[in-house]
Amino acid sequence: MQPKTLYDKIWDAHLVHEAPGETPLIYIDRHLVHEVTSPQAFEGLRMTGRRPRHPQRTLAVADHNVPTTDRSAGIADPESALQVATLEANAREFGITYLPMDDIRQGIVHIVGPEQGFTLPGSTIVCGDSHTSTHGAFGALAFGIGTSEVEHVLATQTLIMPRSKNMLITVEGTLPFGVTAKDIVLAIIGRIGTAGGTGHVIEYAGSAIRALSMEGRMTICNMSIEAGARAGLIAPDETTFAYVKGRPLAPKGGAWEQAVASWRTLHSDAGAVFDHLVELDAGAIPPLVTWGTSPETVVPISGRVPDPADEPDAQRRAGMERALDYMGLRPGTPMQEVAIDRVFIGSCTNGRIEDLRAAAAIAKGRRVAAHVGAMVVPGSGLVKEQAEAEGLDRIFREAGFEWREPGCSMCLAMNADKLNPGERCASTSNRNFEGRQGRGGRTHLMSPGMAAAAAIAGRLADVRDYQ
Amino acid sequence: MDKFTRLTGVAAPLPMINVDTDMIIPKQFLKTIQRTGLGKNLFDEMRYTQAGEEIPGFVLNKPAYRKAQILIAGANFGCGSSREHAPWALLDFGIRCIIAPSFADIFYNNCFKNGILPIVLPQAEIDKLLDDASRGSNAVITVDLPNQEISGPDGGSIRFDIEPFRKQCLLNGWDDIGLTMRHGGAIDAFEEGRKLAQPWL
Ligand code: SF4
Repeated sequence: MQPKTLYDKIWDAHLVHEAPGETPLIYIDRHLVHEVTSPQAFEGLRMTGRRPRHPQRTLAVADHNVPTTDRSAGIADPESALQVATLEANAREFGITYLPMDDIRQGIVHIVGPEQGFTLPGSTIVCGDSHTSTHGAFGALAFGIGTSEVEHVLATQTLIMPRSKNMLITVEGTLPFGVTAKDIVLAIIGRIGTAGGTGHVIEYAGSAIRALSMEGRMTICNMSIEAGARAGLIAPDETTFAYVKGRPLAPKGGAWEQAVASWRTLHSDAGAVFDHLVELDAGAIPPLVTWGTSPETVVPISGRVPDPADEPDAQRRAGMERALDYMGLRPGTPMQEVAIDRVFIGSCTNGRIEDLRAAAAIAKGRRVAAHVGAMVVPGSGLVKEQAEAEGLDRIFREAGFEWREPGCSMCLAMNADKLNPGERCASTSNRNFEGRQGRGGRTHLMSPGMAAAAAIAGRLADVRDYQ
Repeated sequence: MDKFTRLTGVAAPLPMINVDTDMIIPKQFLKTIQRTGLGKNLFDEMRYTQAGEEIPGFVLNKPAYRKAQILIAGANFGCGSSREHAPWALLDFGIRCIIAPSFADIFYNNCFKNGILPIVLPQAEIDKLLDDASRGSNAVITVDLPNQEISGPDGGSIRFDIEPFRKQCLLNGWDDIGLTMRHGGAIDAFEEGRKLAQPWL
């Protein structure tokens, strides 16, 4: 038999229809829905008199608009309130499970899916959200879709989509002290660029990936989209099975054994052909931060703001100049001299328990710099509960961080949490686009430990000096 | 979805690379539960000051381009989020065709679902079109989907590629869900097989 990549295996197992001159039709096992990209899809169903084909294959939760402060009084912003109420009403009308805002299981959709065991190896998972790539950490083919496709999946449980190309990124070796999964993925994006993965599904492999926890693997797959890829994939192994086992929606008993036996076949075969190969040495990755307005603008924390004069390509140079102007940075400035105003620890990239532990380890017994506003936003109610059981909330509070309710929060600033114009933020999220965290706001992406170190220092700082 | 066959209109030049979906439609406008009405906020942060006044230098604010139907853009256009609000905003403004050296995958896909034609061309052709487009309201170009051809104001023409199936869908204004429903039997059969092979899913 022809050796296959992991992506090809999952793809082939989900192919419903393929014909010359037509885009293939693939089956979708799991569908996550949030309030921002779904109202027009449900509206479409109503207008055409269609019903969801399998409502139980869809799980709905509000995350983008929810307040991260006390929720007992509901949502103050009328538009946000309407969007969340619309999701709840649509879920009820179409028979879809909805986790309400006051449910302990509520949280960012990409944290909730894995927590509930809704995310399973070998499945196809979609959501009207680009960071659906997160779920690829389980060896699931998971990708973001648009609202028309949300409607398509609801109505037919399938998607029309072309096959992607295969890219293999191998990260071998041991991560140096102070370096995390976030640094690996920033290093990858810095290497291949934000369009480097376009048209591809990226499989991550190698000893450094294998050594990561599920949390770390999710951080990597999450940012596949920042590398331009359609999805990220990591072959499932014992770490994966241990994470999934016993989750509320995971298979139980005999079905579990049967599932694990099948999941063990989910890996790229020896000799499988990839369209692109990239190799990274884990031992050579330092703690990284971004300096610009694209996730590919990474530099080591020990480095300096780059100089556009060194860029030979005119269009790129203009892009750098624009980014530096927006970011309020001068070429040659050491990154560690860049003072910050705010810190955001959270998001579907770094809002899981391990991320909070890493940040708390730095914050413990220290104080947030007087001029810095820092907040920690757990990715879900369950993450929050776990963190509180471990006393992490106390560590953060005593250090001067705000301890918030779960949601997307200042990752994209659709709720009340946002930067003011000109404010500079050390953030564990995934995008540093202009205005992403609030109009005129300036975002530097980094790992949770680095963000905590920045909070203490009041400027971008090297986490290794705080460990 | 509106059909797309032949489009003759003003082309606006936007030669920036990595125009992301936050630039196309910032998130504060994603709170709508409708598809329409987003055109006035297209490129909001580049188009208006904080006080809401038009920034005269921005291309779509210039008199010649206020009715542009075609956008000539830089590489990796539409990167970032999956928000379909981006094509909805472009469409609501009146843009039916975007020509760039490359597009982000999800955005590219979303265009077709909304009757927008995204065209990929080599940078050299883009540079020529940018030059054409810089002539303001004289920058009328014609995009001919049936013949896969773009003709500029000077009469020259450029061929472009498009997946045949997507072309058919645009030409006919076909709705994807309706098309898929024709494969109901194949979906049923797939689900039956699935119950045996992977009952836990
Ligand atoms: S946390 Fe940020 S990236 Fe993740 S789903 Fe929410 S808004 Fe999107």
